[in-house]
Amino acid sequence: MSTALVFVEVLDGKIAEITYELLDVARQMVGEDGTVTALAVTRQEMLKDLGKADRILLAANPNDQYLPDVLGKTLAKAIESTQPDIVLAGSTAVGLDVATYAACRTGYGSVAYVQKVAQAGDGWMAEALILGGKMVASVEVPARSVLQVIAGVGNAEQGRAEGTPPVETLEAEAAARTAYYGLTMPDTSDVDITKQDVLVSIGRGIGDKDNVEIAEELAEALGAVVSASRPIIDAGWMPKSRQVGKSGQKVKPKVYLALGISGAPEHLEGMRDAELIIAVNTDPKAPIFDVAHYGIVEDLLDFVPLLTEKINE
Amino acid sequence: MKMLVPMKLVPDVVEELIIAADGKQLDREEIALKLNEFDDHALEQALLIKEAVGGEIIAVAAETGDIDEVLFTALAKGADRGVKLVGDGLEQGLTNRQYAEMLRAVVEETQPDLILTGVQANDDLDGQLATWLSGILDYPFATVVSRVEAADGQVKVQKEFSGGVIANLSLQTPALVGVQVAPATPRYAPISRVRQIMKTTSLDEMEVEVPDVPGPKVVSLAVPVSDGHAEMIEGDAEEKAERLLALLRERGLLA
Repeated sequence: MSTALVFVEVLDGKIAEITYELLDVARQMVGEDGTVTALAVTRQEMLKDLGKADRILLAANPNDQYLPDVLGKTLAKAIESTQPDIVLAGSTAVGLDVATYAACRTGYGSVAYVQKVAQAGDGWMAEALILGGKMVASVEVPARSVLQVIAGVGNAEQGRAEGTPPVETLEAEAAARTAYYGLTMPDTSDVDITKQDVLVSIGRGIGDKDNVEIAEELAEALGAVVSASRPIIDAGWMPKSRQVGKSGQKVKPKVYLALGISGAPEHLEGMRDAELIIAVNTDPKAPIFDVAHYGIVEDLLDFVPLLTEKINE
Repeated sequence: MKMLVPMKLVPDVVEELIIAADGKQLDREEIALKLNEFDDHALEQALLIKEAVGGEIIAVAAETGDIDEVLFTALAKGADRGVKLVGDGLEQGLTNRQYAEMLRAVVEETQPDLILTGVQANDDLDGQLATWLSGILDYPFATVVSRVEAADGQVKVQKEFSGGVIANLSLQTPALVGVQVAPATPRYAPISRVRQIMKTTSLDEMEVEVPDVPGPKVVSLAVPVSDGHAEMIEGDAEEKAERLLALLRERGLLA
């Protein structure tokens, strides 16, 4: 009989959606006969819809403090006390703090960027999407492994169930070396890209800050808004509020024009549900063409001004 | 503030990725390597701290590809020391756990107050270097960090979550941060400056052995099979543009 431990992500007074996805994956992995334990470092009243778990380990975090050191150590403690076959954390900003750290502290194996899990003999086989989404590694997952699972692998609706299973208390690690001073919420004075019908989204292919203007001109001609992938934001060419992807916003516009965006998994996470995706890229093998409905192999620096000109005619 | 910046080269995914004959890894003879972009941001963050409060920066990397140029570039930008890990088997690449175990000796020798490395890399199948290293060293840590400031034996960090939410933390030193992005674009070092540094400075070499530690057992490496693929619009640029505009008109998004 297999056992799984799921790390419950809590931020800003909410259980993150990925938690329910992980519970779905955990239940699929261990079966109805197996045991799924959820570790929550939070307050008792936060425990909602965790009915898919057989039990909850609750480590008290009365003030909702986000302390990576404490979360990682508490996960390691939960692993040591329950000795699960498999540990699941999200491939998220929280999972990046706790998953590998806890594997290291407990001697568990570690696999990142897991996009699929299947039973294989006595253990499991995982597929990890690596190298910017250009390669998939099939990896044996023996018992005593920690997996970082990317969003969308599990079904949150399947993993969400009313009721709270039995709760056991686990003493949280002391926060002696890290202090928390609260959250800063994002600036909302800019346009909200999650509410736009059409997004003209730019990636590395734009090449230079001065070229952002050609995307802005196209957006203006279309009555759209310019958004961007992470490298453009990191370079300081556009504000954080315009970022699409795992570390930015999830968007679902009617039309998403992906210009010079290769389609790294982190970006796809934020836009794959758009109604219509049209990608323009010089690389015909770019992963963006696997999720786009229509693809055009052209250099955007020539193609976009042509498009703008035709609209304005 | 003494800072250690572990860096590594990763496969350049813009170039063609060739799978080795065993079907389990990339053919390292046939692929291009480049500095992990997040490590470049970690170095930039270290340089900004040095400019703000002073201190020393030690850049470290394992010998592979053009790592000398990477380390000399770090020196040209303002790092004080470049440490190159040398030994057998490094050209085959390392898991992050192996690299983290190797870095233990560098940490013992250099005794940094702060270790800054990239939050992740495109090839970290076995998890991230930052957290392997913080686990091994038992340092307080934070990852996905977008700003670090040094103050009175502590570092204040901003950790980013999706949607632009930021957690404000402070860590007692010695500490470790996994850098997502530096507050400024990584600076450029002119080639002439790098060449000059190469002539006047040398790298410190440290002999290492590749640690025999467990890692992921890869059964196969393959190009992902996609569920679907875009319908590719063919023709010359004019024709492609017309077809794209027709798609927008069909959806009532264009007059």
